Amino acid sequence: MATTSIDRNAKQFVLTVQDYALFAFRAFRNLFTPPVYWTDFLLQSDIIGVGSLVIVVLSGFFTGCVLALQSAATLEAFGATSVTGRFVALSMIRELGPVLTGIMVSGRNASSMASELGSMVVTEQIDAMRALGVDPMRKLVTPRIFACISMLFFLTILANACGILGGAAVTVFLNHQNATQYFSMAWESLRLRDILQGLVKPLFFGYIIASIGCFNGMKTTGGTEGVGRSTIQAVVWSSVLIIFADYLISQVMLSLF
Amino acid sequence: MNRILIPEQAGHGTAPAPDAGPVVAVRGASVAFDGPPVFEDVSFKIAPGETRILLGPAGSGKSVLLKLVNGLVSPYTGTVTLFGIDITRLREELLFPLRARTGMVFQEGALFDSLTVRDNVAYQLIQEEVPDEEIDARVREALSFVGLEETFAMYPASLSGGMRRRVAIARALIHEPELLLYDSPTGGLDPVTSNTIIELIGKQRDVYRTPSLLVTHRLQDAFTLCTHRFDPAQDRMVPLPRGTTDPNTTFLMLGEGHLIFDGSLHEFLHSEDSFVREFLA
Repeated sequence: MATTSIDRNAKQFVLTVQDYALFAFRAFRNLFTPPVYWTDFLLQSDIIGVGSLVIVVLSGFFTGCVLALQSAATLEAFGATSVTGRFVALSMIRELGPVLTGIMVSGRNASSMASELGSMVVTEQIDAMRALGVDPMRKLVTPRIFACISMLFFLTILANACGILGGAAVTVFLNHQNATQYFSMAWESLRLRDILQGLVKPLFFGYIIASIGCFNGMKTTGGTEGVGRSTIQAVVWSSVLIIFADYLISQVMLSLF
Repeated sequence: MNRILIPEQAGHGTAPAPDAGPVVAVRGASVAFDGPPVFEDVSFKIAPGETRILLGPAGSGKSVLLKLVNGLVSPYTGTVTLFGIDITRLREELLFPLRARTGMVFQEGALFDSLTVRDNVAYQLIQEEVPDEEIDARVREALSFVGLEETFAMYPASLSGGMRRRVAIARALIHEPELLLYDSPTGGLDPVTSNTIIELIGKQRDVYRTPSLLVTHRLQDAFTLCTHRFDPAQDRMVPLPRGTTDPNTTFLMLGEGHLIFDGSLHEFLHSEDSFVREFLA
């Protein structure tokens, strides 16, 4: 009995992965064949980009603050508090900026995509769209995916900048160190490979967030309860996959440079 | 601009000629999801100008059969032909142009709740980038057809159930469909609103002769459509002479996983099938 259950769940998992792969591929391919709904792309860019601005700025700023606080305490033991700027800048740009921004945007947008599309599925609005001769993949999914990729890219840059500023605020006002020293250490330590790593990650994370959010939304079954389930799955899976993808990309980037 | 109200402009130019083949032909279709079949071996046709009323108890697969007709659901056996094209294994991208030629009214209306009534009704026209002035004029015509001109700028959330169905009918009609599919358009509505909707369906049938498939479990609606015709002069349904019925309005009945009846009102009323007798009782 238990073996049957494991067998069924394993098959279900493989089928879901297969469905997701096909779904994500189709959504990506749609951008290069007409019709492309540019108005929906701009609308989603506004919802995802402008809508996530506050949470990204705040989370980036306070992450930088915490990094500066924690690192200064440790670095002081080695008499190296002057490298706080370097520590904060590298940590933010290479890892924390992209990952935290991805997770914040995932919490806000993967959930909203899954619940919005899920509600449309259970109220037959998706079927109505198909019956009206409009492809929901092109109209709803592709614009969200590309809006999320492009907006996450810029949001990450903003989060990095806010993080470095947050670190500076703590370093200057709480640790009473020199601002010029902080910024020059941050600037001098940065290499192209660090910046590349920080900018490549959000492209993948944006794709993960929107494709997982839309996939869970479009596969919703079971009425309003199903919408809740899809929303949870979208946030959980996109967050886990962001961290997993972060590991893979870091591994590849470190081996390349 | 009178695309809704003037018959010559109501899509008859593109509708199948009377001697053309069936608009819809379903042959030996069986549908199943994750479990036992919803129905098996279902075959029927819809001829040009014909209205078919699909009856059956709740859960018998009527809505699924309706979705089968325009390819929203695929059969695991059998074939479905729409406008002479076999859509059984047609790719989704190729189905969209065919679906755009049909109008479908969903059970609860399925209006897009983030769009106004105007944008809901004009959905297809907006996708086709029709100029705004023309869209406004055509939406007003369509809304006037269903008697809801005043809802133009409203959102679906502020409409009653009956009004939502009528907006859904306007949305289905605005693109001058060559086939109409109604999924329980009067389900859960009060008798007065139900009569208004049946009158609209009768008007579309008798004025524009658009072939249609109407799903319902309300015998009263089915009999009204069969025994009445729309009189444009009086702008309402009037009874046909006693003993006569509309020859182009016929019945289908789903039950126990099969199509158990296909015929006229007279044959339906005199059927010996125990399931039909029980349904009529």
